[in-house]
Amino acid sequence: MPDTATESGTRNVKRLASMLLELDDLLIACMRCGFCLSTCPVYGATMREGDVTRGKIALLENLAKHMISDAQSVNDKLNRCLLCGSCQAICPSGVKIMDIFLRARAIVTGYLGLSPLKKLLFRGVLARPKLFNSLLGLSSALQGLFIKKTGGMETYCAPLLQSFIGNRHFPPLAKKPFHSRAPSLNIPAEAGKPGVAFFPGCVSDNIFPAVAEASLKVLQKHGVGVFMPSGLSCCGIPALASGDRPDYDRMLRNNLKCLRGASFQYLLTPCGTCTATIREFWPMLADDYSPAEKEQIRELHEKCMDISAFVIDVLKVELPAASNGGPVVTYHDSCHLKKSLGVAAQPRSILKSLPGFSFAEMPEADRCCGSGGSFTLRHYDLSTDIGQRKRDNIVSVKANIVAAGCPACMMQMMDALSRNNDKIKVRHVMELYADTL
Amino acid sequence: MAVTPALITEFRNIVGKENVLTEEADRQTYAYDAAVLTPVVPALVLVPVTQEALGKTVKLAYDSGLPITVRGSGTNLSGASIPEPGDGVVILTNRLDKILEINEQDLYAVVEPGVVTARFAAAVAARGLFYPPDPGSQSVSTLGGNVALNAGGLRGLKYGVTKDYVMGMEIFDYRGELVKTGSRTVKCVTGYNMAALMSCSEGTLGVFSRLILKLVPPPKASRAMLAEYDDINKASETVAGIIAAHIVPCTLEFLDNNTIKYVEADTKAGLPVQAAAVLLIEVDGGHERMVEEDAAKVVEVCKKCGCTDVRMAKNAEEKLKIWEARRNALPALARARPTTVLEDATVPRSRIPEMVAAVNRIARKYRLEVGTFGHAGDGNLHPTFLCDRRDKEEFRRVEAAVDEIFDVALGLQGTLSGEHGIGMAKAKWMEKETNRATIEFSKNLRRALDPKMLFNAGKKFL
Repeated sequence: MPDTATESGTRNVKRLASMLLELDDLLIACMRCGFCLSTCPVYGATMREGDVTRGKIALLENLAKHMISDAQSVNDKLNRCLLCGSCQAICPSGVKIMDIFLRARAIVTGYLGLSPLKKLLFRGVLARPKLFNSLLGLSSALQGLFIKKTGGMETYCAPLLQSFIGNRHFPPLAKKPFHSRAPSLNIPAEAGKPGVAFFPGCVSDNIFPAVAEASLKVLQKHGVGVFMPSGLSCCGIPALASGDRPDYDRMLRNNLKCLRGASFQYLLTPCGTCTATIREFWPMLADDYSPAEKEQIRELHEKCMDISAFVIDVLKVELPAASNGGPVVTYHDSCHLKKSLGVAAQPRSILKSLPGFSFAEMPEADRCCGSGGSFTLRHYDLSTDIGQRKRDNIVSVKANIVAAGCPACMMQMMDALSRNNDKIKVRHVMELYADTL
Repeated sequence: MAVTPALITEFRNIVGKENVLTEEADRQTYAYDAAVLTPVVPALVLVPVTQEALGKTVKLAYDSGLPITVRGSGTNLSGASIPEPGDGVVILTNRLDKILEINEQDLYAVVEPGVVTARFAAAVAARGLFYPPDPGSQSVSTLGGNVALNAGGLRGLKYGVTKDYVMGMEIFDYRGELVKTGSRTVKCVTGYNMAALMSCSEGTLGVFSRLILKLVPPPKASRAMLAEYDDINKASETVAGIIAAHIVPCTLEFLDNNTIKYVEADTKAGLPVQAAAVLLIEVDGGHERMVEEDAAKVVEVCKKCGCTDVRMAKNAEEKLKIWEARRNALPALARARPTTVLEDATVPRSRIPEMVAAVNRIARKYRLEVGTFGHAGDGNLHPTFLCDRRDKEEFRRVEAAVDEIFDVALGLQGTLSGEHGIGMAKAKWMEKETNRATIEFSKNLRRALDPKMLFNAGKKFL
C-alpha cells in the first residue's frame, strides 16, 4: 500500500506510537458495565457484542497485538460504528468514547497506510519499549527512510457525497451548490444585534442549499450580521472518521486560516455534526497544534453554536403560542445535537410555535437514524435496518413532516421514508421557521 | 472434547451459519462480564434464535463434552458469565427476546430469557401493571440473567427481589429435554419447587427456555425524602425506627460521607459534604392519604433520631433531584479512578454502622480509596474500591481488603453477596459462610442434574 499523504513518514510512525500510549489511558476507564448496549443503534440491529462500544474497547485493549496480526479486521470492526455518541452520553464511567474511536481509527488507518518497510519498523518499535519511548522524544534518525509526499487540499465530501447518489433514494446533488451562489458574505449587523460567522457545512452546501438559504434568511430577518469567508473547507469529520488525520489536519488548518482575524461573536452552523465537530473534536484532537492555533480553536469552540439554539438562547426570539391542528410535524434529535451539545428543547420550541402546524413527539426521538456519514456507505444494509426503526417511529405519530437540525440525518430519513413510499416531507428546522418570516 | 470443524458444521446446521461465531475477534467480545476478573476467550459462541435451536444446541454441546456458559447481556458483577477455560462455549440467549404474554386478569407474564428487563418493565407498565425488580443494570440486563443471578435492586425491602416474581419456568436439561415447573396460578404444589431452585442457580443446573413472572398493580402515590446525619448511628437508628413504626418504604438508600464527597466533587449539586451519611427514603402505596401519612411519620422518625436536616420533595421535579445523588453515586465513584471494584457484602440492617466503620478501617489499613453506598433498608451495602487494575501492587491490596470485608460481614452474621452473585469471584468463600456439608449437598444435587459438570462448572461451588 502506498504511503498516505504525510509530511514525513517518521512523524507518522512517531505519532502512531504516541497515540497507542494515549489510547491505553482512555481505555482503562471502561468498567465493562455494558450500559452502552442499551443505546447503541448498531448493537440494536445486530445484537452482537463486537458491534457495541464495550466489545470494541475490549478489542482495542490489545490493539497493538491485533493490529499486527490482522489490522484490516480491526479496521472493519472499528468502522461498524456511527460515531453518534449515544454510548458516551450514558456511560456511567465517563469513558471518552469518541476520543477513543477517532484516535483508534487514525492509528489503524495510519498503520494500514504505511509502506511494508515502515510497517516492519513500526512492528519492531512496538516490540521494543525503549525504542518506542525514544521515538516519541526525538526528531528521529529514521527520517531518511521515509519518502516525503505533499498532498493538496481535498474536500472529502465531494467524492463522498457523489457516491451517496447511485440507486439510493437520496436527493441528487444540487444543480448549483450554495457556495457558487454565495461565495462569501459580509452583511453588517443592525444596531444592537450580534454579528456571526456562518459555516454552512458540506451537505447543506451541496445537497440542501435551501437549508443554508433559510438559515441566512432567518439571520437577516432578525438583523444579525453575517460573515462568511470564501474557501471554507469541510469541518473534517469524514476524514477523522476514516482515520485520515493528515487530511483532517489540512482542512482544519484551512478553516482556521479563513476565519482568522475576522470579528464575530458566534460561529453558527445549520448542521449538528459540524457544530459538534467544531466544538468537541477540534479541541479534543489539538495536541499537535501550535499555541496560536490552539488558542483560535479554543475561541471557535466557545463561539460555535447550533443555529436553532442561537435563535432561542441568544436572540431570545418571541415565538407565537403553540398552535393546534394542521399538518403534523415531528422532530428527530440528531445525535450530535442532543447527545454532544445538549440542544433538544430549542428546536422543539420553534416547531411548536409554527402557525398552522401541530407538533407530535415521536417515540425514541433521540434514537440514532443510522446515517453516520460514511457508515451508510460502508454498511448500507445495517444503516437501512437502523433507519427503518426511525421511519417506523416517524410514521407511528402520523407525521406529515419530520424536522431535524442536521442535513446528514435529513438524507438518511429521506432514504428510509422514500424506501417505504411514505409521503412524509423531511425539512430542516430553519426551513420551517424561515417560511413563517 | 475439542471443537472440530465437523462439530462447528453441526452447530451451524442447528443455529444457522451466521450464528456460530468462530473468529477470534468475535469470541474475544464474549470473554468478560462486568466483574473485574481475567477474561477467558470462549472456543465458540452459539446464538440460537429459536427455542428448538436452543434445546438442540444445549444437547449437542453437552454430548460433545463442551463446558457451557449461558450469557444474556453479560452485565453481572461476579464473573458468572465468563466462559470456562479449555473448550468452553458461550450460548447467547439475547436473541430469544419475545414477550409471549402479559395477562392482565391473572397478573402474570410469559417471556423468553433474552428479554431486556427495562423493556419488559415498560411493556408491563403500558398495560397498567408493575414488575418491581429493578437491578442497576436493568436497561441492559436480561430477565434470564436476572433470574439466574436472583437480581435485586432498590425496591427489595418492600417488593422483594427477582426470585419473588418467578412463578414457573421451562428449562432445557443437559439432554436438551424440555422440563416444566410451576404454573400460571398463584397456588401450585405440583412436583418440586424447581423454579425456586433455578432462581439464583447461576447457569449451573440447566438452561432457561421460558419464564413465567408475577406482576402486581402499581402504586398510586409516592413521596420521597432526603435526611442528613452527622453520625451514621443516627441514620441506622432511623432505619430501625421507620420499620418499628410499621412503615416499609419502597426504597431506603444510604450514602456514606466518602460517597457524598465523590458525588459532590463530580456533580457540584450542593450536597452536604460534611454529613456523615444521608438517607434517601421513598414511601409508596395504593392511596394518596395513606402515603402522605406514612411520609409525615417518616419525617418525624428522622427528626426524633437526630437528623441534622430532612426535606420532602414537593413535586416530581424535586423528587428527581433528591434521587440524583443516588443515581450519581456509582458514576461519581467510577469516574474518580480507572477501576471500580463494586462489592455487595450484606449484613442485618442494624449492623450497618459497624460494617461501614469496618470498611473504612480496612481501606485505611490497605491505603485504598473507598466509598460506601447501598440499600440501607435491607443491609445490602456496596463498598466500592477505587483503583487502577494496571497497578498490580495496588490491586493486590484491593483483593486483600475485599477478603477482609467478607470476614467482617460474616462476623456480623451477614452474607457474602446480597445481589451480585457468587460466580467465580466468591466461590472460594462459600464454605466459610456455610460449611462443608452444604457444599457437598449442593454438589450432589448438581451432579444429578449435570453429570459431566459442564454447566458453568467453575462457578458457585468449588
